[in-house]
Amino acid sequence: MSYHNPTDLASALETLTLQGGKIVAGGTDVYPSAKQGQQPAFFLDVTRIAGLSGITLTKAGYRFGAATTWTEILNVDLPPAFDGLKSAAAEVGSIQIQNAGTIAGNLCNASPAADGVPPLLTLDAEVELTSAANGTRVLPLAQFITGVRQTALAPEELLTAVLVPEPPQNATSAFEKLGSRRYLVISITMTACLICLDTNNRITEVRIAVGACSPVARRLPALEQALIGKTLQEVAVEADHLAPLTPIDDVRGSADYRLDVVAEQICRAIQKAAA
Amino acid sequence: MNKPTDLSATTFTLNGQPAQCHPAPGQRLSEMLREQLDARDVKIGCNAGDCGACTVLVDGAPVCACLMPAQQAAGRAVETPAGLHANDPVAHALGESFQNHGAAQCGICTPGMMASAVALLRANPQPTETQVQDALGGVLCRCTGYRKIIDAVMGAPAITRAAQGHAGDAIRRLDGADKVAGREAFGDDIAPPGTLEVLVIRSPFPRAGFTFGDLDGFVANTTGVEAVLTAADITGRNVFGVIPQFMDQPVFAEGETRFRGEAVAAVIAAPEVIRTFDPASFPVTWQERPASTDIHNAQTDRAAQLHEGRDNNVMCGGFVACGDAKAALASADVSVTGHYQSGFVEHAYIEPEAGFARMDGDRVEVYACTQAPVMDLEALEIILGWDRSRIRVVPTGVGGGFGSKLDISVQPYLAMAAIKTGKPVRLTYSRSESMQSTTKRHPSDIRLSIGADRSGKITGYDFYGEFDTGAYASWGPTVANRVPVHASGPYSIPNFCAESKGIHTNNPPSGAFRGFGVPQAAIAQESLFDVLADKLGLDPLEFRILNALENNAPTVCGQVFSQGVGIRACLEALRPAWAKERGAAAAFNAGNTTLKRGVGIAAGWYGCGNTSLPNPSTIKAGIRADGTIVLHQGAMDIGQGANTVISQLFATALGVPVHALTLIGADTDVTPDAGKTSASRQTYVSGNAARLSGAAMRAQILERMNVAEDAQLEIADGIIHATDNAGRHSFALSSLSADGEGYVLRSEETYDPPTKPLDENGQGAPYAQFGYAAHLVVVEVDTAFGTVKPLHFVAAHDVGKAINPMLVEGQVQGGIAQGLGMALMEEYLPGRTENLHDYLIPTIGDMPPVETLIIEEPDAHGPYGAKGLGEHVLIPTAPAILNAIHNAAGVRITQVPATPARVRAALKANSHD
Repeated sequence: MSYHNPTDLASALETLTLQGGKIVAGGTDVYPSAKQGQQPAFFLDVTRIAGLSGITLTKAGYRFGAATTWTEILNVDLPPAFDGLKSAAAEVGSIQIQNAGTIAGNLCNASPAADGVPPLLTLDAEVELTSAANGTRVLPLAQFITGVRQTALAPEELLTAVLVPEPPQNATSAFEKLGSRRYLVISITMTACLICLDTNNRITEVRIAVGACSPVARRLPALEQALIGKTLQEVAVEADHLAPLTPIDDVRGSADYRLDVVAEQICRAIQKAAA
Repeated sequence: MNKPTDLSATTFTLNGQPAQCHPAPGQRLSEMLREQLDARDVKIGCNAGDCGACTVLVDGAPVCACLMPAQQAAGRAVETPAGLHANDPVAHALGESFQNHGAAQCGICTPGMMASAVALLRANPQPTETQVQDALGGVLCRCTGYRKIIDAVMGAPAITRAAQGHAGDAIRRLDGADKVAGREAFGDDIAPPGTLEVLVIRSPFPRAGFTFGDLDGFVANTTGVEAVLTAADITGRNVFGVIPQFMDQPVFAEGETRFRGEAVAAVIAAPEVIRTFDPASFPVTWQERPASTDIHNAQTDRAAQLHEGRDNNVMCGGFVACGDAKAALASADVSVTGHYQSGFVEHAYIEPEAGFARMDGDRVEVYACTQAPVMDLEALEIILGWDRSRIRVVPTGVGGGFGSKLDISVQPYLAMAAIKTGKPVRLTYSRSESMQSTTKRHPSDIRLSIGADRSGKITGYDFYGEFDTGAYASWGPTVANRVPVHASGPYSIPNFCAESKGIHTNNPPSGAFRGFGVPQAAIAQESLFDVLADKLGLDPLEFRILNALENNAPTVCGQVFSQGVGIRACLEALRPAWAKERGAAAAFNAGNTTLKRGVGIAAGWYGCGNTSLPNPSTIKAGIRADGTIVLHQGAMDIGQGANTVISQLFATALGVPVHALTLIGADTDVTPDAGKTSASRQTYVSGNAARLSGAAMRAQILERMNVAEDAQLEIADGIIHATDNAGRHSFALSSLSADGEGYVLRSEETYDPPTKPLDENGQGAPYAQFGYAAHLVVVEVDTAFGTVKPLHFVAAHDVGKAINPMLVEGQVQGGIAQGLGMALMEEYLPGRTENLHDYLIPTIGDMPPVETLIIEEPDAHGPYGAKGLGEHVLIPTAPAILNAIHNAAGVRITQVPATPARVRAALKANSHD
């Protein structure tokens, strides 16, 4: 057992070539899932690595360092297209969790109810994966999370950044979360919406992603397509639009209930995003 | 550079001072702070970021210390609650405000609450309510109902006042300063660092056979393991239970386990060994067996019998009948029938069971959180087979109890481990161990019929309830007895029949939880009352007032109180709010289609003390030669305020300011038994003992000094001064000789409530007093989602005499929060919700404002007229919410919790009708 907290990326990647380690940043998923008496071969703490935290605007768009916390996301000035992401950040657990939990941790944990995933899907986010042997590769977020607690992250890879292409200038966004209590709650369903309206208040672009209703949060392409050209008053969600969703029964709600309420939640998210 | 830091030091600033430690790789910051740096003010409630009790500030930002690798503290500034309180004027002022509002009850969440609030107040000295909720949303509190915490953080005017502290004075808690300063020591805060730890090996199945492998070999071959405990190590009898006739629970299962989480063995080892010990490496083999996990299957012939002599797994029943219920129902003008269900509810105190034990010569001393120290001692006598003189039980601070800490948990393992090793030992349950293995509220399945005449007078009432008592009896017989006695609610019902049964299953033992089954019965009774009122065309509040119990009218047990029946006053107190809120809701609904508001009411009553059983409390006091007045206050304060209330009652009777008292708490060596903290009995029963003890002390003084009855006493510096009409008299205490405890004057008085046994029809005098309550709630239902948001409570409580009105409000708000949780979100599912993120209790954002209406209908038996309160509060809350949901959205929810999915399903079914 050892604890590595390197300050440079190369050292971190070198450490990852060893087997059986656990990457830790905010610890908000690592510790709750720890089992009595079971320990990793080593911890790799990524919070001190130069360049791995913070948000920067590049020619290619926005770069969120992997170890950027939800609080940092909440506190930085971003265009309205990121309001949904900020709203989700404010719903991650509690302030304690937002101060520690990171954007990459949320993605790598790959919970079906991860608050960060739906808004990042509506932002067409990509993830940057880096390893000592193969350098850097970039994957769309939708391809990165492959199932419940499953990702495309290779054993020697580190998720180093979340990349968001510059959203349309007039895009606005929102995030809606349904839970059984106000704070510290895992979603029953959640919806993120990014929307662009023309001067006649007709939808020119819309992106909608739903979480906690399938193993991985899903965009709803048929619905997005159907809404183009519509006004907000004409928004309607049909059963077919929800075909990508495959909710399950669990302690938070039944599959039927999730499908029942998510249509309404989508409508509310659209209205809120456009408000 | 890439040097692993496992050997290097973690250097940081702790509360402004340099600190250095060598944490194990990945050790939690909370553990390093508590075990290596003595920061026991950092409390651990869940080790998963779900409760926030461990909140510390790192570079000024609140984080859960249980989720941070200790190594991440390197180079940073860490502030703990005690450090904040000592160093930061903002924190100190907040501590004063907490005390002025009674914002700390048990105090286990207080450090985390205050640390979170200090971070807010540093940035924003005058936050709004929403800002306070956002800042404190990550810290769970199970006692207060959060409203007083919000008031304290927002700097609302104090509700306490400086006073003598006599009966009726809203003074600060006497034990509050230690709570806000992070100094109170709870169950896990006693053991010195490095103490041997006990790890309990538990059944992973609801029912399983098991065989041990080579235990001696395991101990010999596992480095650092000192010993193993199993049933073979029990020197007395391997059984415990709170009711002598029903003792049935083993300390360690033998041959077969009866519920998931039942103990079979324990490992005793050094902390660093326990840290890395995988329970799967313990030599035990399990054979899973078919289990009965619901009460219907458990009563069939196919089901395995859990206990010999309890046929069809029926543990016992309760029965009360008067008049002829069946005939009255048959001839009633109007009648209604209902079926109501509820699930397991977890106590979810923020402090898991914890304690410490050590040997003192040939005696064993157990320090643990408990509601009943003398019952703990009596259980250990049986288990150890030792004379009680060789056992000492010293309660620690109790971070919430609500009934579950009446039963023993860690105590036998601690005592046996200390005895076997001869060394000090400690044991703290993990959150999931606590949830798996300790008692729950009984799930209920209730069928009820009520009939009335056309005027609305109830004529007949027939109640049948089955309760899942789980694998062992615990307090199940008490639930079975209490339910029929209380099933009428506080109403006059001439023809009544109520039967209850406790059924064994392979579920966790159900036991005592605030209300002993009465809240479940009230959900059925008060919900069906609304159905009946509706059918009669009567206003629900006026229907209840019409049927309310009065003085000189018999209860369903045939008990007649000539005084003190306060339910009518409680109900009438709701009339103004009822009219106003119904009007407001109607106006709101006229303008909204998806959101609908409704108003609901419900009432309740609760008998204080044991049901028809002896129930004494003894309170001892002494005065030392130097004039120190010592009160041996043995009534366990689990947050409700017994330390303060019992002292106020003693001080009132003696005639001195409460701040003149020095308190010695419960300790089976030096403090007499004030009974268990249960059945809402401490203010009433121990309070009477305190009053009698104070009066006895006063009588001795008056007699020795030959002064008038109404003489004013001052006791200080070894002199008693008494002032009466004849002038000022003085008496030197040094003229008296001291006894073995150093007291020159002493008093010790016992009070036992006058009750009478119940006959085969439940007729008799089960309680010397009842307390009464009526709640009104406004809810908002989002009909598209099925979510229910309570907006406002008005709670009328007849407490006879509010000994400390601030503490009364605290009980009311905290009880409502638990009732709200039971109504809307709480359901414990064994194996599925064994943590505080799948099992949800209300957060600070879920609790609306509560207006408390204190009704004082004095009780002839109560000290200065006081009645019990603790359990009464959550009895009306859940049915009031269910009635409000119906008023808002037209659906009757008959199964709690009324989760969004259940409410939405009911709404959809309703719209199809």
